[in-house]
Amino acid sequence: MMELLGIPPQVLFGQLLLGLINGSFYALLSLGLAVIFGMLNVINFAHGAQYMLGAFAAWMLLKFAGINYWLALVLAPVLVGLLGVVLEKLMLSRLYKLDHLYGLLLTFGLALIIEGMFRHWYGVSGQPYPIPQALAGGYNLGFMFLPTYRGWVVAVSLVVCFGTWFMIERTRLGAYLRAATENPVLVQAFGINVPVMITATYGFGVALAGLAGVLAAPIYQVNPLMGSHLIIVVFAVVVIGGMGSILGAVLTGFMLGILEGFTKVFYPEASNIVIFVVMAVVLLIKPAGLFGREK
Amino acid sequence: MLKQIMAGTALAALSVGFAAAANAQGAISDGRIKIGVLNDRSGIYADVAGEGSAVAARMAAEEFGNAIDGTPIEIVVADHQNKADIAANVTRQWIDREQVDVIADVPNSAAALAVQEITRDKNRIFLMSGPGSSRLTGDACSPTGIHWTYDNHALAAGTARALTEEGKNTWYFLTADYAFGHSLEEETTAVVKELGGQALGSVRHPLGNSDFSSFLLQAQGSGAQVIGLANAGNDTTNAIKQANEFGITQAGQTLAGMLLFISDVHALGLDAAQGLVATTGFYWDMDEETRAWSAKYQEKMGSKPTMVQAGVYSSVKHYLKAVQAAKTDEAKAVVSKMHELPIQDMFAKNGKILANGRMVHDMYLARVKAPSESKGPWDYYEIVRTIPGDSAYLDAAASGCKIAQK
Repeated sequence: MMELLGIPPQVLFGQLLLGLINGSFYALLSLGLAVIFGMLNVINFAHGAQYMLGAFAAWMLLKFAGINYWLALVLAPVLVGLLGVVLEKLMLSRLYKLDHLYGLLLTFGLALIIEGMFRHWYGVSGQPYPIPQALAGGYNLGFMFLPTYRGWVVAVSLVVCFGTWFMIERTRLGAYLRAATENPVLVQAFGINVPVMITATYGFGVALAGLAGVLAAPIYQVNPLMGSHLIIVVFAVVVIGGMGSILGAVLTGFMLGILEGFTKVFYPEASNIVIFVVMAVVLLIKPAGLFGREK
Repeated sequence: MLKQIMAGTALAALSVGFAAAANAQGAISDGRIKIGVLNDRSGIYADVAGEGSAVAARMAAEEFGNAIDGTPIEIVVADHQNKADIAANVTRQWIDREQVDVIADVPNSAAALAVQEITRDKNRIFLMSGPGSSRLTGDACSPTGIHWTYDNHALAAGTARALTEEGKNTWYFLTADYAFGHSLEEETTAVVKELGGQALGSVRHPLGNSDFSSFLLQAQGSGAQVIGLANAGNDTTNAIKQANEFGITQAGQTLAGMLLFISDVHALGLDAAQGLVATTGFYWDMDEETRAWSAKYQEKMGSKPTMVQAGVYSSVKHYLKAVQAAKTDEAKAVVSKMHELPIQDMFAKNGKILANGRMVHDMYLARVKAPSESKGPWDYYEIVRTIPGDSAYLDAAASGCKIAQK
């Protein structure tokens, strides 16, 4: 059989597909971060914790209210997003006049507190969350077995990513948003309520993290540490893509997922640092990131 | 923490004078028996050991009325965060400044190996319950280190032997990329080869990995009959869950969690975990004694104990008995008493400590029940067979421990 770089093509294609699947999580999470940074200039370090909250919300809805996956897919992100709105109103909104660093420190602290609480209440082993019946099983693609659920994750992520990009880059609402970040005073003068828009944007970004959490719950355990494992990688993705660039975040998310998949074939031990190697190289060559604009 | 350190330092300074006088009489130094429970309290092994181990140690102390002949027993805890350097720092600080007499638990082999070096140098007792590496009673053994609950050799001897004898003799490993995983893979490979089986290969994944699909795909591609999981805690549960998702067991490959704790089974749920084979040093539902103790433990912790937590209880209790009998807390004297005294409690029946520091007791081969067989929460294991201590553990002469070869 033909081999590519000493690896049978079956394995290679399999890893490519897995990379795409992981990439869809990276894309979904970095999209939320990019939206929040691009519109609010807040480096949302609580994103990982909010992703974890999404997973826990789905688990709690199932366990305590018997609400199934499909409803949770809508309800959990809404709940987490509302929490984000409260957070923005009570805390973040007071920091906009200060340096970025304050927002980062606040959200980082919040992430530690939220994760610490859940660790205290639920331990670290995680809680089981079943794959919904309709998405159980999988397809034999010849070169690998594709679980239906993973295919679903890729599809949802692609739709949501495209939808968000479209909304911000191609609609009137998106145009207001982009204008408000450039010159809030002027936009306000046109009679648009900028503070409400900003709050809603943060809530939306957080809801995206919550959605990723619900999608992740059946694959990984629902675990208080799940966010902190992922957040650093996702930040690297956003930095490589260019801070605040929506398209950059999404494309880089998928790209790096695939790159990581390849690394797992050729040199598995390096799989958790390859993204940071890329980040270092990109920052040296193009400090604004692959898709970012130099300011 | 800072307060504790300051208080500890002040106490230590105060007690230096007393300690000298007390030692001369061969009695207990610094007027207290201080036990340091050092483990992962926040990371991936926090449910396996964590606060539960501290609770177990306190339960042992309570059985002595928290004092031995009027000398109070004190238990301190710390989080090593699965980092060997933090484990080493805490150990040094505990011994040098806070007069801690014995370090207990220390899951994570890398951390345990670091603690072993220090306790050997400083002549303090090290009661290992959490770590798995067989090196702790092999080339890294210590005259004051006692390895209590299980080790990688016993895990391999139990699970790998059982499966290979069933005719499943080609193996592929998913190995956690640090001291514990490497050693577990080596030990298991040795057993598989000894029985005429074959290790087809392995893939090493970072500790605390969340996505195992790539690695599982490679294991699947190897065509091995058994996929051995040489990892622990969340790494094991994630790998098992994702193996189900990718239809690996349905396609005919057997998954072997080389180190599976009951907390992992609880987290996975029986649906995902059923049919797994595991070697364990303890199961709460063995007999009246284990059930009674575990019920008491559950009242305090809200869960049944893992073998690590039960092992901490047993090792601390035996240590305290030895202190009581030796009437001193000098490490060498206590260790020799620990060797001498019979080990007989709810955890270990007829246990004995070998010259290399290995506590030998019976191990059990367990199979995880199907949801339909389980009568309720925590009713997870069916004990398939007892593995007699002598066949589970290496004998001291073969362990590679220099002390044992004298």
